[in-house]
Amino acid sequence: MRFQAASDQALLVYLGEEIGAAAHECVVRLLRLLQQEPITWIRNIQPAYCSLLITFDAVAVDHAEVQAKITEYEKRAEKMPAGKARLVEVPVCYGGEFGPDLDDVAAKRGLQAEKVVELHIAQTYHAYFLGFAPGFAYLGDLAEEIAMPRLESPRKEVAAGSVGIAGRQTAVYPFTTPGGWRLIGRTPLEMFRKDREPMGMIAIGDQVKFRPITRAEFLAMRRA
Amino acid sequence: MSLLVVESAGLLTTVQDFGREGFGVLGVSASGAADAVALRIGNLLLENAAGTPALEMTLTGGTFLFPDGAVICLAGANFGAQVDGKALELWRPHAMLPGKRVVLGATRDFARCYLCVAGGIGVAEFLGSASTHLLSGLGGWEGRGLRKGDALPVGKLEKNIRRRKLRAGVLEELMPRKTLRVTRGPQFDWFAGEAQRTLISGGFVVSEESNRMGLRLEGPRLASRGNAEMISEGAPLGAIQVTPSGQAITLFVEQQTTGGYPKIANVIGADLHCVGQLRPRDTIRFEEVSLEAARALWIEQQRLLGSAERLFA
Repeated sequence: MRFQAASDQALLVYLGEEIGAAAHECVVRLLRLLQQEPITWIRNIQPAYCSLLITFDAVAVDHAEVQAKITEYEKRAEKMPAGKARLVEVPVCYGGEFGPDLDDVAAKRGLQAEKVVELHIAQTYHAYFLGFAPGFAYLGDLAEEIAMPRLESPRKEVAAGSVGIAGRQTAVYPFTTPGGWRLIGRTPLEMFRKDREPMGMIAIGDQVKFRPITRAEFLAMRRA
Repeated sequence: MSLLVVESAGLLTTVQDFGREGFGVLGVSASGAADAVALRIGNLLLENAAGTPALEMTLTGGTFLFPDGAVICLAGANFGAQVDGKALELWRPHAMLPGKRVVLGATRDFARCYLCVAGGIGVAEFLGSASTHLLSGLGGWEGRGLRKGDALPVGKLEKNIRRRKLRAGVLEELMPRKTLRVTRGPQFDWFAGEAQRTLISGGFVVSEESNRMGLRLEGPRLASRGNAEMISEGAPLGAIQVTPSGQAITLFVEQQTTGGYPKIANVIGADLHCVGQLRPRDTIRFEEVSLEAARALWIEQQRLLGSAERLFA
């Protein structure tokens, strides 16, 4: 474990130095313990691949005190049960108007579009964390054969439900927002709803599978 | 119930309070007032709770009608507010009689002006806050900026308003600064000595492409040492991240909660409200302070803002 001041009110806690299941498991365990036994001066916890960003009440404590308390928690977090991962299935209509970058990804990686889809659905993804926008889950690891960098210039508008890829990650855009990931399909599901519990379809630590559906199925599910 | 009717909305007017901190796990950033100090003082002048929802106007204000009357207070930037052709003083409670309208124009100094109403503005809360999150269309008034014709429930007109006044010197002490104090960011060492010095010695201009999510800063390029790939991690409010092309971006209240660009510095808590008052084309500078100094400034600011004796005459 390594600590780094991020601001006068925030401390980064690094639990590993590379993306993968090992570091992320430590992140989730420490997060679960902090959720189970909340500390009053913690204002926010932002998990990521290998780290937790702890924002704290700087009137109450300083970095050294936060560090000491987190060190104590981390020792106990090792004994936390990992918990069973939920499996979330996301239906996706690939290509066409819903996946405007599918053919381009295929061409750039020297594959048929069908092969790109096949590789995308073959994997069971791990939800590393949520960021960017409410309910936007960073899912990994995407097959190396279809990994592509982000678009040179992001789109001003990406439709809600769009499924994008960037590097070794994939994600579903919960809202119509700007976005720079390459779009290969779209889901009819509402990924985040404020009138639902839980609000987000995918939570940190979940397992996620994509299932191909036809345009007709997409429209039918949308209407439902 | 009394109403506030939007006759014209101005450039971007949203409902804001202190935001919804604590939902990073869901990917939700805090949002909230860009100048939380102005919002707080505006509310306290009305004897509202400090974080009562108010209207946040950006660069140009709108026209708001009070068909049933209300008691209001303007705080933050001077948008040349008028009622019946007469100037309406900032930082003072005013009774708006039924049928009166407040007309605001273009800013004369800073970026944001708050229209606070005694008794607050009634909107449904999302995750414990009334604040608008524009990117996701959640919170506030239908999750969006106000439009002509919107009618928002507000507190009633009270006959006997106490004329609370700020003490002399308070505004000067909290005046938005153009030299922002920063602490070193978590990737400060990733930057070449040249970039580290340039951050402090150079001037930066706030780009037109700045909003509640972040402020793009035009100025000297800040080169990092190598091409090391950073693993995305949580990014604090006020983080100054640097893109591969060397452009600095300050993450703000509606920020992305995580980021993959190295962070060279971070605006200190006591100066975050100043970021909310920066206008496009403003020139700013940075001054480095230690974590201890930043914390002392924050504690002092919180003490001042929490003390009615020190704030009000």
